Amino acid sequence: MKQQHPEETIDQGRRAWFGLAAGVTAAVAAPGVVLHLADAAPAVGTEGVPVTAAARWGLLIDTNKCLEGCRDCVDACARENGLDRQTKPAAQSSAAWADQRAVWLRKAKLADNLTGRVTNLPLMCQHCEHPPCVDVCPTGASFKRADGIVVVDRHVCIGCRYCMMACPYQARSFIHEAVHDQLTGVPRGKGCVESCNLCVSRRDHGLASTACVDACTAAGHGAIVFGDMKDPASPISLALKAMSSRQLREDLALNTGVRYAGL
Amino acid sequence: MKRIVYREWRIPPGRYWGILGILAVVIGLGGLSALYLEHQGHWVTGMNNFVVWGVPHVFAVFLIIAASGAVNVASIATVFGKGAYQPLGRLSGLLAVALLIGGLLVLVLDLGRPDRLLVALTHYNLRSIFAWNIYLYTGFIALVIAYLWSMADRMGAPFKKLIGLFAFGWRIALTTATGSIFGFLVARQAFDTAFLAPMFIIMSLAYGLAIFVLVLLFSFHEECRPVGDKLLMRLKRLLGLFVAAMLYFTLVYFLTKAYGAKTHGLVDWVLFDGGRYSALFWIGWVLIGALVPLGIIHHPVLGQDRNWIVAACILVVLGGLATLYVLVIGSQAYPLQMFPGHIILESGFFDGVKSETATYRPTIPEFLLGLGGVAVALIITAVGVRVLQFLPESLADAALPADAVYLPTASDRE
Repeated sequence: MKQQHPEETIDQGRRAWFGLAAGVTAAVAAPGVVLHLADAAPAVGTEGVPVTAAARWGLLIDTNKCLEGCRDCVDACARENGLDRQTKPAAQSSAAWADQRAVWLRKAKLADNLTGRVTNLPLMCQHCEHPPCVDVCPTGASFKRADGIVVVDRHVCIGCRYCMMACPYQARSFIHEAVHDQLTGVPRGKGCVESCNLCVSRRDHGLASTACVDACTAAGHGAIVFGDMKDPASPISLALKAMSSRQLREDLALNTGVRYAGL
Repeated sequence: MKRIVYREWRIPPGRYWGILGILAVVIGLGGLSALYLEHQGHWVTGMNNFVVWGVPHVFAVFLIIAASGAVNVASIATVFGKGAYQPLGRLSGLLAVALLIGGLLVLVLDLGRPDRLLVALTHYNLRSIFAWNIYLYTGFIALVIAYLWSMADRMGAPFKKLIGLFAFGWRIALTTATGSIFGFLVARQAFDTAFLAPMFIIMSLAYGLAIFVLVLLFSFHEECRPVGDKLLMRLKRLLGLFVAAMLYFTLVYFLTKAYGAKTHGLVDWVLFDGGRYSALFWIGWVLIGALVPLGIIHHPVLGQDRNWIVAACILVVLGGLATLYVLVIGSQAYPLQMFPGHIILESGFFDGVKSETATYRPTIPEFLLGLGGVAVALIITAVGVRVLQFLPESLADAALPADAVYLPTASDRE
């Protein structure tokens, strides 16, 4: 039997309510969408352009040119990355703090056990092709970019410090204290691990060189060369061809992005 | 053989709540320490950029490997058919889950960002043995709970053997992976060896059994339930076997390290020049953790005395903590060999200048956090045995089931 329905009428009130709701939603969301689009648009340099494996960034350090007592690269690194703004917690002893503050780049002075020959060199993350820190990181926070730079994603790092256990170069630091006064370009935060990132924001803005290289060049030493190791015409490739160099802990076969000459 | 009857742990309420109260205080102190660490940052600990894993890790690793050892008692009955161990299975499973939860809590609360636990559970790097461990730990808890169900519920009984076998395989995988956390670290002289995986398994058997015997004897003694001499002697002899095997593994580990020239310095340092690490090795790892317990266990008079057996178990536990202190912390304090053939004269960071080792002075919150984990394991066990039927009414020798009978096959007769 056919069922009888009452005649349907259009509920004008409901229609008006939906219209109002849609209008309000659009008014709220639109500025966000516009801002998001503006943010996503590529700005100057290479910002917004995906990193590719066409380049592999690296450093060549000529230890013969590295002077004893010179700290220009160390200080420049600290300034560039806001590490000079670290403050010792008031209750902490200076000796303990020396082992807890973050250091991305340090100078080391070595002597050959047999000959006594002294070598000075800067030491930092070696940006390995097969980085042990990346292998062991449980969350994938430690990762290697396509251009060979090893970095830590501060949003995914849980602060387990397993990467620090795995790094053969002691290149990583854990942030032991609350960080205030940090640089906007280099966000840092308590409880995460960090290390040299070859001035990654400079790479993303299409700038040449790194802070340590600039400082070394400005001081007239020219002990550090930065560049694309895949580009045969780059200064670093030419220098690597011209002089013999080696990797630290070559036995581990990590194919480091930082090479040392005169060691 | 009588039917095994399990009954809740019915010690007087005052005594029971007293125990829970003490454990709750220890847990509270551990919790406060975790909050303090989280709020202040790790500068309030003795950990630094060179010794990155400290006392909390010693406790966490100890509890985690002890957990896989504790479940072994159940495996001996289910997998290896030793009937006398059958009534112990439920307590063994409960203790395993409790120890693992205690250890994991310490591990998680010592993270730089414990608030990001969800990140750890949603982002996986499957090349990392640490990420594998997240699966292995959670899987272990689920599997042991299923194992307990198969032991306690009539419906589960047909699956007991299968689940038991699977749980046994899983615990081997779990401890292998825990040992591999260290064994896979190619850069560090003290680690970088697959040998650590079986060594951790043998350590887990000893620590897990020692804790199991302590909990068993304490809970039975409190309620005057009988534990037969024969059973206790079997457990004691098994502990002796595990401790002796651990000593053998220790010997081979150091022989391996002493053989290669690149690790001569490490062995010299741990055994002789390491200050408190050498002291902890000889007094803690070797003497307290192995030789003295072995002496007690095999002594014709002391080995028969329950108090001395309890003492041997306590010494194995204390020795285990000393062992892990040397293994986990000492191995980090010893400098990395970055420049073989060179001596580092100066450095702007700790690089083992003039072969100096890294400094690590643990602070009180680190110990409180670790002890909090121990208390969590114990409180789970205490509540578990109180509300559920985990403990058999009697472990008198006459009440125990016989071992599975070995039936000779046709090929044996030939």
